Amino acid sequence: MSQDIWWASESFWRKNAIWITAGSFIVLIFLTFDTVTQITAGGKRVPAYSTINHRISYEFDEKRNFQVPVIGVEEPLFGKKLTEQEAEALVSHGKLTTQAKNCMNCHTLLGNGAYYAPDLTKTWLDPSWGSKDVREQQMVEFLMNPQDRLHNGLGRRMPNLGITEPEARATVAFLKWMSSIDTNGFPANFKPIDQEN
Amino acid sequence: MTALGKLDSANLNGGQKLAVKYFTVAIALFGAQVLFGLLAGLQYLNPEFLFGILDFSVNRMVHINAMVVWLLFGFLGSVYWLLEDESGVPVVGLKLGNLSFWVLTLAVVVVVLVYLLVQVGAGTHASIWLINEGREYIEAPRWADIGIVVCVLVFFYNAAATFTKGRYTGIGGVLVLDLIALAGIYLAGMYYTPNISMDQHWWWWVIHLWVEATWEVLVGCLMAYGLIKTLGVRRKIVETWLYIEVALMFGSGILGLGHHYFWIGTPEYWFTIGGFFSALEPIPLVAMVVHAVFDAGHHKLKSTNNPALAWIIAQAFGNFFGAGVWGFMHTLPQINLYTHGTQWTASHGHFAFFGAYVTMVIAYFYLAIQRWRGGVYMSGNVIGAWKWKWAIALLHIGMIMMTMALLISGYEQSQIERAIEGSSWVGYFTAQAHPWFVQGMQWRQIGGWIFAIGFVLLVWDLLTIGKRETRPAQVPTAE
Repeated sequence: MSQDIWWASESFWRKNAIWITAGSFIVLIFLTFDTVTQITAGGKRVPAYSTINHRISYEFDEKRNFQVPVIGVEEPLFGKKLTEQEAEALVSHGKLTTQAKNCMNCHTLLGNGAYYAPDLTKTWLDPSWGSKDVREQQMVEFLMNPQDRLHNGLGRRMPNLGITEPEARATVAFLKWMSSIDTNGFPANFKPIDQEN
Repeated sequence: MTALGKLDSANLNGGQKLAVKYFTVAIALFGAQVLFGLLAGLQYLNPEFLFGILDFSVNRMVHINAMVVWLLFGFLGSVYWLLEDESGVPVVGLKLGNLSFWVLTLAVVVVVLVYLLVQVGAGTHASIWLINEGREYIEAPRWADIGIVVCVLVFFYNAAATFTKGRYTGIGGVLVLDLIALAGIYLAGMYYTPNISMDQHWWWWVIHLWVEATWEVLVGCLMAYGLIKTLGVRRKIVETWLYIEVALMFGSGILGLGHHYFWIGTPEYWFTIGGFFSALEPIPLVAMVVHAVFDAGHHKLKSTNNPALAWIIAQAFGNFFGAGVWGFMHTLPQINLYTHGTQWTASHGHFAFFGAYVTMVIAYFYLAIQRWRGGVYMSGNVIGAWKWKWAIALLHIGMIMMTMALLISGYEQSQIERAIEGSSWVGYFTAQAHPWFVQGMQWRQIGGWIFAIGFVLLVWDLLTIGKRETRPAQVPTAE
């Protein structure tokens, strides 16, 4: 390799490395400011925590050509309407529970985690809970005592993680709220539970 | 001077003495990773295995955490390995470095014991501070995060101060700048928010910008030094290549972060940015293959350390296929919509971490053992060469078998669970029960056992290679 060719020289590539890295990083910082603004709870993509006071559905949007969460009529979780602060506290307790119980090392949340158990992104809307009238109670009971319930033909069971009733209720709140996040159509082709009266 | 072939720490400089401590812990944790991987894999085949004692979540957490930590120990060790040689002066703050090694090791032991014995806590802040943060790859509780940051800062200080006192080579300069980013980025993962979108947004800063940017540049530096040592490649050539790699890696990898922002609540413009830049990520890996293969061929494969060179070449190809090709296969959003969160990711994860990082750290284990034994002969026909050759072969066969098996399961899952059934719980379990999926899990387990045998052989080889040699190391051929 000739040392005189400018495009193969050490100094040319050193400068390139510095400028390309700095340039990419600056673009990332700008995009990060915009993204963080857009995903702060209370915005269009990531709704306020008090969304758990409403019905949440997942419907096909003609314009975007995929399913999007739709916030509907008032339908408070466990029949109790919460203020924004109360809702945030409840969702936060649920999120802490999902972390402390290490949910993510079996399940995926928004598609991230482990693959030993189903994705939880839209689990609030999953038809497996039967009907919308029994869903909340079913979820709470399941979380507190999952080990005795046959939930698939594989013999795979969720262990008892010592989840208390308040923790289970908070986790359900977190899962309901998570289903309201606009995930650009992930998961696709999902068939939600019937929520019409 | 002691006889050739005998382990003697007098053969090592200060930084290298510290490096072999890091390497020793790294190998032990590598063993833990393999063991807990086997346990978690078995649970796919027999869900009752260790149910309620060591559940899948615990085994899988130890499996991936042991990996992150042993690779980190391997990297820290590798940098300490080359530090005095590159800078030309003894490590500044070696005592502090030793202290931080013991602190870090103790912290890791405590964290793992808590993972295994306590496992989960109540849904409170105390749990994520003391037991488990519950966020994939960075599960370490917050107290340990702080410890990790302090130890990495000590390490950064040692590297930067030593290069500053001695001389900054190209490798040294890139390394120090890379370490600033590596330490700084970790901070992005150290906070709590109830907002899962925000959580995962910053979490990816740590995971992606470590694994697909700063770690890649770090192994680029390690490869550069490794090629100089094993082949005697001229510094000007490796450093020019290193700059090319940095430009391409950061140029594609920093904004390639966007391929994790398709489905977590982040805006739609990430489809374009993430898709485009992450599709470019394999390019620097092609450059590394060209570079390593060209150099090895140019020197007619005459190296001072054949096992190390073999692992460096394995890194070039493994990185390209595991990280590059396997990543590219499902990086575009049009495909990722169906593959995200399936065994595709596990297939890519296994092959990429092995190809890009495990290989390079093993190459440094071999460089270390050669010097530790007084610069013993480790070129062609080293006594007992079958061991390193079988170790590298079995580790690769096991890994490729796992990768392929997981990929087939992943295909089936994308089709049945995702495309047809729309990711419902019923869809998930239908896909998991399908023979194509189950067979994939069985073959993965067989691959795992082969990999484990390869690991045992590797450890045996590292303990014995060069022991009975009396020949001195071959001198690298001049250009």
